[in-house]
Amino acid sequence: MSGKFKGGIHPPYRKLTSEKPIESLEPPDEIVVPLSQHTGAPAKPTVEKGAEVKVGTRIGEAQGYISAHVHSPVSGVVKSILEKPHPTQTGLVPSVVIEVKGTESEDFKEDPNWEDASPESIRERVLAAGIVGMGGAAFPTHVKLNPPKEYPVDTVIINGGECEPYLTPDDRLMREHPEDIVRGAHLIRQAVGAKRVIIGIEDNKPEAVKAMRDAAKAYGFEVSSLHSKYPQGSEKQLIKALLGREVPSGGLPFHVGVLVQNVGTAKAIYEAVRFGRPLTERVLTLSGFGAKGPGNYMVKIGTPFSHIIEKTGGASEDTVKIISGGPLMGIAVWTTEVPVIKCTSGILLLTSRETSDRQEGPCIRCGTCVEVCPMGLSPYLIARESESGFFDRARAHHVLDCIECGSCAYACPARRHLVQHIRYGKSEVWKLIKKEKEEAVA
Amino acid sequence: MKLILSSSPHILTPENTKRVMYLTLLSLLPPVAAAAYFFGLYPLLLVVVSAAASVLTEYIFLLCRRKNPLACLDGSALITGVLLALTLPPSFPWWAAVIGSVFAIAIGKQIFGGLGYNIFNPALLGRAFLMAAFPVQSTTWTKPITVAPDAFTGATPLAMAKFSGKLTPHLSLFLGNTAGSLGETSSLLIIIGGLFLIILRYVDWRLPLSYLGTVAVFGGIFWLINPARFPQDPIFHLTSGGLMLGAFYMITDMVTSPVTKLGRVIFGIIAGIFVVLIRLFGGLPEGVMYSILLANAVRPWIDRLTMPRVFGVSKKKEASS
Repeated sequence: MSGKFKGGIHPPYRKLTSEKPIESLEPPDEIVVPLSQHTGAPAKPTVEKGAEVKVGTRIGEAQGYISAHVHSPVSGVVKSILEKPHPTQTGLVPSVVIEVKGTESEDFKEDPNWEDASPESIRERVLAAGIVGMGGAAFPTHVKLNPPKEYPVDTVIINGGECEPYLTPDDRLMREHPEDIVRGAHLIRQAVGAKRVIIGIEDNKPEAVKAMRDAAKAYGFEVSSLHSKYPQGSEKQLIKALLGREVPSGGLPFHVGVLVQNVGTAKAIYEAVRFGRPLTERVLTLSGFGAKGPGNYMVKIGTPFSHIIEKTGGASEDTVKIISGGPLMGIAVWTTEVPVIKCTSGILLLTSRETSDRQEGPCIRCGTCVEVCPMGLSPYLIARESESGFFDRARAHHVLDCIECGSCAYACPARRHLVQHIRYGKSEVWKLIKKEKEEAVA
Repeated sequence: MKLILSSSPHILTPENTKRVMYLTLLSLLPPVAAAAYFFGLYPLLLVVVSAAASVLTEYIFLLCRRKNPLACLDGSALITGVLLALTLPPSFPWWAAVIGSVFAIAIGKQIFGGLGYNIFNPALLGRAFLMAAFPVQSTTWTKPITVAPDAFTGATPLAMAKFSGKLTPHLSLFLGNTAGSLGETSSLLIIIGGLFLIILRYVDWRLPLSYLGTVAVFGGIFWLINPARFPQDPIFHLTSGGLMLGAFYMITDMVTSPVTKLGRVIFGIIAGIFVVLIRLFGGLPEGVMYSILLANAVRPWIDRLTMPRVFGVSKKKEASS
């Protein structure tokens, strides 16, 4: 069974790299590992300048519950701990700079009884491995695997939606490592005590659907081929399409008894639980018309974008924009010195043929944004309210429910910077809420 | 390498406002051609003069408001001018058309803040102004040159039906071989232009359908009850006067119509009811212009009433909070 969610768009998919197998890239001479690669508090460095590290040595300690450990992806020497450019955060972020010597690894012990690991030990090993959501949100996975007791999770959804144009790392992972993903799904189910596992994949990835169907038989998991429509890979929309359940406004998937994990995260969980291996490398797609060597690459966390671009043949002259992530939700970077982090699903080198700097025009009230908004919002209205400073009204019109998928701004014929205005409105409404809370306490 | 740093999304639909406006303008070619065919070359002059006056007024206002004056070429002012001309009688004085165009853009659009901010359809507001300012010229009609080559004055089919109970044959109404405003007489050619816009998805079919459907059904009820007093049958209602032009080009104006599908249906029904009430019980033979202006006035309320249900919020809970 596959249902649908309301709204959404059909952008050109431009999956230029679907047929390129995953290729490993050698690390550069020096890597930069940010201590903040996740939602929540940045990790605290546990090494000092001059320290010898191996693959898997913990170099950053999680601070508090919503945080994640950081590990060295290579063996070498810590050169410095400096503020460095970051692919998704503004300003400079404390990072561990490591001089790369080799690939000598810490001793990881394989657990022969991994299949029967207890929920607690799964969460412990996931926490120890520093796993975060690899689809882009980077939320610490051990937290997600520990939903509140009053909300039992009955269904685990493995997200193979990958609805962002250009990106193909999940497609390749599903084709090349379907068994590992399914094993990870089994462990996720084990951790939260769910009955059912559904693997949802957009129908523009038939090879991945086939591979996952074969692999899923081992555990009797369902594989559902979903209508290809952006943002099918968004948690809330995926749950709606697969189960018909709606996550309540302001709520999380566990409120409707569901846990969603990305396919890459599932694989990382499997590797952490069975082999004790921390998350220190990932697959990403290098693409865009400006990329001379587009493909899917396995790279060490901390590898600068510039190294990947150089090693694959460089960027064409007419590249005007470099994106960390996908073209609809990704972030434009200002320098190629930013490193790959745990949630970097792609590096896009866009030319003026694919992207344009848009001059904003007045809204002509065509209603397209209302039609395509998968959250049932009126983007033209809340954007205007945010822009004009009417944050109370924007709040009443559910500005906080916006998932910033960009469908509205993509489809807007007036080129309104809808997401930008709405993001501003959201941050101002959060300030209002904080103020209200403080006043309530005082 | 110089990198652009704008916010997501980084890819955009090729659709844009200018394209919407100019393709809409293109779709107006059949009705404009019909105007020339049925009423001669003077109507073309009216179209050109109104369009030019509209664009010039827009330019001056944008300049005074310190906006980019070249935005007057976005096509929206051109459409207003052409549409206004198409609602005028074929022998309407050209200088009065200029006054109407200036009013349409200045008072109908720029005063509100320009494109996207006006409440009323500017072309119709201009037409309403001309109706008040030049009542005689605004209601003096000529027969088509295809019927009477010497431009005789003649009553419109709606006036004949209302005041003398005489019905014009359906085929003449459908093809446009009757007295009337420049661009309103040929239902056939307006429908061709309108279908083009529906295929391009610049017009939501719900608007013309609910508007026309309401007029046909509501008007038809009166015709069934008392055909002696209300001789206008549904097909007559649909093909006479400015209804077709209104249904495909006026009520469908994006800026002044609702943004939701349900809102558009309600909007069309409200306007349709007004058309029938004015045509059958009002002092004027035609009610399309006022029906749409009245619907424009309640449009903000319709938008508020038909806001979509937000994902994860139940309608009931929203109403009680």
